[in-house]
Amino acid sequence: MPKRARRAEAEVSEEEPSTRPFWSGTITFGLVSIPVNLFPASRSGRVSLRMLSPDGVPLSRRYFSQKSGKDLDDDDMIRGYEIEKDKYVVVTDEELERLEPEKSRDIDLRRFVKKDEIPPIYFEHAYFLAPAGGSLKAYQLLAETMERGGRAGLATFVMRGKEYLVAILAENGILRAETLRFSDEIRAPAEIGLPKPARVSKAAVQRFEKVIHARSANEVSREELRDEQAEKLRKLVERKEARHKDVVEAEGAEWKPAKVVDLMEVLKKSLAGKRAA
Amino acid sequence: MAARAIWAGNLKLGPATLPVKLYSAVEDQSVHFHILEAKTKLRVKQHMVNPESGEPVTSEDIRKGYEIEPGTFVFVDDQELEAIEPKPSRDIEITRFVPSGHVSHLWYERPYYLGPDAESDPYFAFVQTLRNQDREGIARWVMRKKAYVGALRVNGDYLVLITLKHADEVLSERDLPAPRARDLSPKELNMAEELVGALEGEFNVNEFRDEYRDRVMELIEAKAKGKRPALHAARPKRATTSLADDLAKSLAAMKRGTRGKERKVA
Repeated sequence: MPKRARRAEAEVSEEEPSTRPFWSGTITFGLVSIPVNLFPASRSGRVSLRMLSPDGVPLSRRYFSQKSGKDLDDDDMIRGYEIEKDKYVVVTDEELERLEPEKSRDIDLRRFVKKDEIPPIYFEHAYFLAPAGGSLKAYQLLAETMERGGRAGLATFVMRGKEYLVAILAENGILRAETLRFSDEIRAPAEIGLPKPARVSKAAVQRFEKVIHARSANEVSREELRDEQAEKLRKLVERKEARHKDVVEAEGAEWKPAKVVDLMEVLKKSLAGKRAA
Repeated sequence: MAARAIWAGNLKLGPATLPVKLYSAVEDQSVHFHILEAKTKLRVKQHMVNPESGEPVTSEDIRKGYEIEPGTFVFVDDQELEAIEPKPSRDIEITRFVPSGHVSHLWYERPYYLGPDAESDPYFAFVQTLRNQDREGIARWVMRKKAYVGALRVNGDYLVLITLKHADEVLSERDLPAPRARDLSPKELNMAEELVGALEGEFNVNEFRDEYRDRVMELIEAKAKGKRPALHAARPKRATTSLADDLAKSLAAMKRGTRGKERKVA
């Protein structure tokens, strides 16, 4: 399989935390340089169900030839863009690499905007920024200044061969980078066919005010964001295991149990200025 | 030109119910490739294979398993999964309204537009009210056999519903220690404030394009026409002003004295 396709797949499942930071670079802000390590702020929901053979062997996904029916190796496969039905333009890894933006480890903050100016639907992926050596003071100074003024810093940066527009934000003294979607990835209301805003009656607004007041609160608890489905599934499975029903232990050379790393611990250490293991 | 709605539901707002439709708010524009067999240039197919025997397993024979401990699975069948599905419903419940922006972007999964499914007037009245009150709603609903929690927010003139990640998927700042060197002096804070102030601007996302995607499409189009693609090295992004200019501006402002300078109100 072309290396890039594999890398893309690896990225998707790679939300598995590792002790090495996702990316390292430097925030530049005026004359100040702040070396940072980037850590994803979330991990994708763990895939709880695996596909197994009738006797419980974890299955692998393989590609095979339409023509011969045989399984294919990486070297047998290429990447193509469909220009017409069944007509493809082949693109190689080398070609894509040559098109990549110049490698850079800088997040160059050139503009600050009001945090609230950025519509919520632009935010895509969030990463925590931990200081990576150098002075903690600069990190703290930037965080405090941005948090006080309710500001976000805008910058572009290059990560893994792609260029991103990011907003740098501070909350509770911790910096984070959030990638923003490109404007052409956001659908406009007119595009969707949403009706134009109508004139609004005071009475209707007052009625809705009552509704909102009746249910106002200051906080949302983590409780509300529990994955109830996952919990139900876990309980179901635990009950079955207790009865020794449908339990199977995987053996076999290809099977590697998932490595679990505590990202929280790694991040805490990193923020405290200790080196990651 | 109207898009098809993904789902239709009833937004429950106390005694009132607003029939709404859900539309995807984002559209992936990245260049998508297919994987082809080098020899035949035909698209490859996929199947699941038992890595021990090397034999493919047909979908009828595939069983689903939950990894309860590393290496230990418990079989789960479709009937059992159906029994734990959430009850289907068209209701979107709002459990509470919190200050706008209270739910951090860290929790955001995917945004959807909500549009009125019947008359527009009540819908826009609600948008206005939510905007005036500067609040967001915490929504719960069941869609396509999955239970969702989302943030109901005003985005421009419309409502958006942004699905949220689950508690165990997100690391929160509240659980993390803030890096602290020591207390910052007022002088340091003022200087930083000045510099940030000098770099204040507007959010104009149209300024920024996915240039990498543009270059990939150029390459593809050139190859499709049988031309040799010009694999020029990507031009590095340069800001429109030089750093020296930005700094000079800010230093000049500091010299003039902060109080005298006209600035945007922070």
